[in-house]
Amino acid sequence: MGEFTPFVRTEMLAPQAPPVSQRGAIRWLRENLFSGPLNTVLTLLGLAALLWVVSHLGPWLLHSVWNANSLTECREIIAATWGEGASGACWAMVRDRWHQYLFGFYPSPLYWRPTLAFALLFVAIAPVLYSQLPRKLLLLTAVYPALTFWLLWGGSIWVPVVAMMGFGVFAVVFRLAQPRFGVPVSAGLGAVATSLWWMFAQAPVAAVLQSIAPVTLTSVDSDQFGGFLLSVVIGVTAISASLPMGILLALGRKSDMLLVRTLSVGFIEFIRGVPLITLLFTASLLLQYFLPPGSDFDIILRVIILVTFFAAAYIAEVIRGGLAALPRGQYEAADALGLDYWQAQRLIIMPQALKISIPGIVSSFIGLFKDTTLVAFVGLNDPLKGITQIVRADINWKGIYWEPYLFAGSIFFLICFGMSRYSMWLERKLKTDHR
Amino acid sequence: MAFVQEPPKDAFRLGMLIYDTRYRSITIQVVVLVLFLLFLSWLVNNTIANLALKDRTFDFAFLFARSGYDINQTLVDYTNDSSHLRAAYIGLLNTLLSALIGCALATVLGVTVGVLRLSRNWLISRLMTVYVEIFRNVPVLLWILLGAAILSEATPAPADYRVTEAMQAAGEAPKASMVLFDSVAITTRGINIPAPMVEHGLPRLELPGISLNSNLLVFFLVLGAGLYADHRIRAHARRVQEATGLRPVTWWKSLAVIFVPTIGLLMLMGFHLDYPVLKKFNFTGGIEVLHSFTALTFALAVYTAAFIAEIVRAGILAISRGQSEAAFALGLRPGRTMSLVILPQALRVIIPPLISQYLNLTKNTSLAIAVSYMDLRGTLGGVTLNQTGKELECMLLMMGIYLTISLTISSLMNLFNRAVKLKER
Repeated sequence: MGEFTPFVRTEMLAPQAPPVSQRGAIRWLRENLFSGPLNTVLTLLGLAALLWVVSHLGPWLLHSVWNANSLTECREIIAATWGEGASGACWAMVRDRWHQYLFGFYPSPLYWRPTLAFALLFVAIAPVLYSQLPRKLLLLTAVYPALTFWLLWGGSIWVPVVAMMGFGVFAVVFRLAQPRFGVPVSAGLGAVATSLWWMFAQAPVAAVLQSIAPVTLTSVDSDQFGGFLLSVVIGVTAISASLPMGILLALGRKSDMLLVRTLSVGFIEFIRGVPLITLLFTASLLLQYFLPPGSDFDIILRVIILVTFFAAAYIAEVIRGGLAALPRGQYEAADALGLDYWQAQRLIIMPQALKISIPGIVSSFIGLFKDTTLVAFVGLNDPLKGITQIVRADINWKGIYWEPYLFAGSIFFLICFGMSRYSMWLERKLKTDHR
Repeated sequence: MAFVQEPPKDAFRLGMLIYDTRYRSITIQVVVLVLFLLFLSWLVNNTIANLALKDRTFDFAFLFARSGYDINQTLVDYTNDSSHLRAAYIGLLNTLLSALIGCALATVLGVTVGVLRLSRNWLISRLMTVYVEIFRNVPVLLWILLGAAILSEATPAPADYRVTEAMQAAGEAPKASMVLFDSVAITTRGINIPAPMVEHGLPRLELPGISLNSNLLVFFLVLGAGLYADHRIRAHARRVQEATGLRPVTWWKSLAVIFVPTIGLLMLMGFHLDYPVLKKFNFTGGIEVLHSFTALTFALAVYTAAFIAEIVRAGILAISRGQSEAAFALGLRPGRTMSLVILPQALRVIIPPLISQYLNLTKNTSLAIAVSYMDLRGTLGGVTLNQTGKELECMLLMMGIYLTISLTISSLMNLFNRAVKLKER
């Protein structure tokens, strides 16, 4: 019987690679795309849909023509290059008419004015959006509305300057009155003084200043505005005006005072209950009944006012949600510290309530910006319908359907998508809880 | 000897109206009331002055005058001899039809997309994200215009469906053919679908003021009775289950009580479909669905569905994983987990924002103006307004109607919300 020596391995076996189906791309595919019969079917359906879109849109986009003077020429070029019956996008229209999409009928030698105003917009909103920037920039933000008004509409610089002086009047009266009468009375006095300034001093003072130092830009009429210029003017003005108004409405709705609450609720529910179009028609058809006979003011301004009301009602509801989400203890703590109503709102309630409502506020803003296209129905040239109709009325571009919509739609997409990403960033940045 | 003394009362001074918190709110409300009444009277005064200046009156008598215009989609009887009020009613029905179908489509699509976006399938969840982002971030007006452009530009003309003798001889097929088993024809003019018809119908039910289609009425009565019987059967099954632990098989009973009477009724009435047929220049027979209606409704549905998808996703994500794990630990199957544990809780989160999406869709039907669909704004706020020049009356009436619709929807949905809400003590 021979000696039996058991075999003992002295070194470890090198680990084997997992089976082919359990690693790399195949594993990923099996886990993420084909993990069961239902998922396999869904994946195949998804692939089919994707393929369908690509096979229809792909060639059309690949056969794009950028240099042509009319749709017929575009089609000739496509037929010559890609063969008879090929379809292609005619972006030559965009090349030919981009200025109308951006500025409407704004006189072309003056394009620098809206462009400058648009560039300054970013400088003006930067200190609001990013708190790291120097606070001095806020001065520019304060004068930006007057400056932009002057740049866009032209005319004498003194009209907006004197109008801004109205706020100066408010500040002076408030400062003088506050030590003697306290905050509420002096705010009321300031408001009265400012209204008086705007009603009676505005025109003569502007005229006098204009005769002393004439600084004018060529004036541009409102009906020359159009395209994204119009959308941005309406959108930005209404957005910045609707936030403070929405906050006031939300506070009014939460107020203990029955009358204030009733009025706020009535306003909010009325505005939210009717479509924006009816409000726009109110701006164009009905305001002439409600205002004193003979008064006639700018259609863009009228539309901005109604759009602001519309947005403010929605924002009020969003902020009310934020207020309701605050724990009761926050209000009680503010009371315990002896803060009065406005101090409590400013220092404790609003910072938290607004933070909670950021997603809602931004989505209201996005909705508002998208809704600026509806001004087409009161005769203004919005980029989507108004300008496209004008372009299509031209004999050269008659029959062009998809390109204008795709072009205007993608610009809207970029702006709105950007806004929603900013709000997500802001939400993350302001998040202070450690959940 | 101690005695309680009231704190000394200050004599009332005028300044207390502002500085004393007991009186301040009254002061503010009085000021607000005065300002509001002044503003209101200013508006009314201006309106009266303007009306006098334009030599117009404020009355609603024009509503009973002959309208004199045709409407291309009428759900109930209407001719151009009918009154403006009738035209407004037709418009209101068209608005409601579009809103109703739009809401139903948007819900189905939105729930599907919202659930699929949470799917573990990489491709599908990415595709659904793309869908949501694209449709949310572009104005709904674009989708309506694009839908109208596709329907009018990319569809065949009625003549393309024609098979001429020469083509028959050559064995050629026509350029276009009907879809869905030769029952639906999509042309540049509209979509022709089969119409439900009955052979031996009942006479119309004439009530004072309204005239009802009694066939439809009887059908819904029978269907409602069937659904009620089904409800009773399930309630009985539940009682048996609670008493004995065994649930009787009910599915065939449910099917029987719902379908047997309704199908019997339909056969009794001689129900059949009236298919569209190509006549000289266009299809006749069946129902012609206007492209304006289709474009508007579908565009609103896909746009709103993107928002509903996000709401549904957020609602499902709001239910913590522990809930489904607990349900599995209790031994519930995935289907029962979904219907008994997850959905009832998710619905509480989903319903309030869903209501506001329905409201938005309903209000957005006023964008019918973009495709000339004759909704409430197209009739009352459009042709009637232009014909009679009664801007103030038409607009106020239209706003009032929209407001009523909105408030009705939100109060109905709030009732539903209260029913599914978590019952708290």
